[in-house]
Amino acid sequence: MIRCEHLTHIYGRGTPLQTQALTDVSLTIAAGEFVGIIGATGSGKSTLVQHFNALLRPTAGHVYLDGGDLHARGVDRRRVRREVGLLFQYPEQQLFEETVSADVAFGPRNLGLDEDEVQMRVRRALTLVGLDPDRFGPRSPFELSGGEMRRAALAGVLSMEPRMLILDEPTAGLDPTGRREILGHVGRLHRERGLAIVLITHSMDAVARLAGRVLVLDRGRLVAEGGPREIFADPARLQALGLGVPQMTLLGQRLRERGLPVRPDILTVAEARTAVLEALRVRGRSHGAL
Amino acid sequence: MELFKGLVLGQYVPVDSAVHRLDPRTKILAALGLLGVIFAIRGFAGLAVLTAVLAAATLVARIRPGYVVRGVRPLLWLLVFAFALQVFFGEEGGHPLARWGPLVVTRENLSQAAFYGWRLLLLVFSTTLMTLTTSPVEFTDGLERLLRPFQRVGVPAHDLAMMMTIALRFIPTLLEEAEKIMKAQMARGAEFARGSLPRRARALLPLLVPLFVSAFRRADALAVAMEARCYRGGEHRTRMRELRLRPRDYTALFLVAAAAALALVSPAVWRGR
Repeated sequence: MIRCEHLTHIYGRGTPLQTQALTDVSLTIAAGEFVGIIGATGSGKSTLVQHFNALLRPTAGHVYLDGGDLHARGVDRRRVRREVGLLFQYPEQQLFEETVSADVAFGPRNLGLDEDEVQMRVRRALTLVGLDPDRFGPRSPFELSGGEMRRAALAGVLSMEPRMLILDEPTAGLDPTGRREILGHVGRLHRERGLAIVLITHSMDAVARLAGRVLVLDRGRLVAEGGPREIFADPARLQALGLGVPQMTLLGQRLRERGLPVRPDILTVAEARTAVLEALRVRGRSHGAL
Repeated sequence: MELFKGLVLGQYVPVDSAVHRLDPRTKILAALGLLGVIFAIRGFAGLAVLTAVLAAATLVARIRPGYVVRGVRPLLWLLVFAFALQVFFGEEGGHPLARWGPLVVTRENLSQAAFYGWRLLLLVFSTTLMTLTTSPVEFTDGLERLLRPFQRVGVPAHDLAMMMTIALRFIPTLLEEAEKIMKAQMARGAEFARGSLPRRARALLPLLVPLFVSAFRRADALAVAMEARCYRGGEHRTRMRELRLRPRDYTALFLVAAAAALALVSPAVWRGR
């Protein structure tokens, strides 16, 4: 669905503040895929995803949506932004309308849809993020809780009904409940609505649990890509990049160091449980044989 | 979409030079003094003297002429406009040089226009030179110190300076935030650069409301942070950088005064020859 070829981005070219944010990144993201992007602060994650909906123009290289170059002549970038929704970091900062409903309606109105369709989409989007349209719709977005504000902002992007949803650290600054709710909704959007999801996060656990594929960025370069098991199999390398591995992968590693032969590619709590029980059974049997 | 990237705020050019090292008060006073002198001058000779002095100061400050030109550029249209107005609609009579229909160019008007234009340029030149060599923080420090004598008559010198410092500090932050919010709204299909003027004004609402909300929140947080560190205005505060007038400041002020005097008397000297 999205394809980048030799994407390079330089901020402030020709000024003293010139910085190279991305260097020669090539990647593909298929429709309906769930991709996690990890990388230390300043590794170019946010810059990268802003190319996916044509908010940034590549300094060199190309970005294609369904095979069409985003920066070819005559491309309607509003159409691109309808297809590819992007939720920025701390998205509650973008709320501006008097009511939650009006704010969620901002996107669809910009698309020039008729009022009935807009209202339908608003209700649908609010329901998708678990905010009751009748209860939350008429309220001011500024009196919601942090987690609710963020979900309202997410609804504001979902009401565009994109085929791909990009989330830039959607859980930053939320309490555990807020985090769980947001990620729960994102997972459901992927499973039940078939949305392609691109998730930028510092939570290795979230990536391990949700993503089908992981991209690792380091100082503007794409240094690794693959399934989460593959990526998290090399904790030393990730740590060298300023990253970590999921808690359970770490647990497995520690247990192996202490002599319990658990599988090395554990990602989630459920997998850890099975693996540990399995390993204990194996050890029990060998002890019994002795 | 790099809206505000590369936008340099203020014009300060951080190099090390004799002019940069001067006390900000010296530079503020010199610029103010020159403003007065420029208005008092009546002949081209005076303007020439001041131009030479400012050019010399630019050299000493190790400022490339390009920066000065950039400082003057915003005034270019005003300059052209004022010049044309003066040439074509100045005083009547005098020696006609050229004529297009009702428009007459006389020697007197042309020379008047040149004089006013040059004067305007000098005004900008002198203030530009000050801002090029004085960082905003130094400038507010100097201003605070200069205003201190007026505190007795109720001028809140310290508070004014503090407000200015804070404002300067937060301009880049707010610009960055404005850019982010703009992008977020564009991701929701907003257009900022299209349509009629009223439409464009309305399109700014989704940018301005969040920007104000966050500015107020920031102001709140900053106030709390300042109070948590026992800030209570200017009384009994000591400063990290004490401003002190040094011999070089007196020398500089003396030079400027001498140049000003020369500029003021120069027409007489000219005529005397």
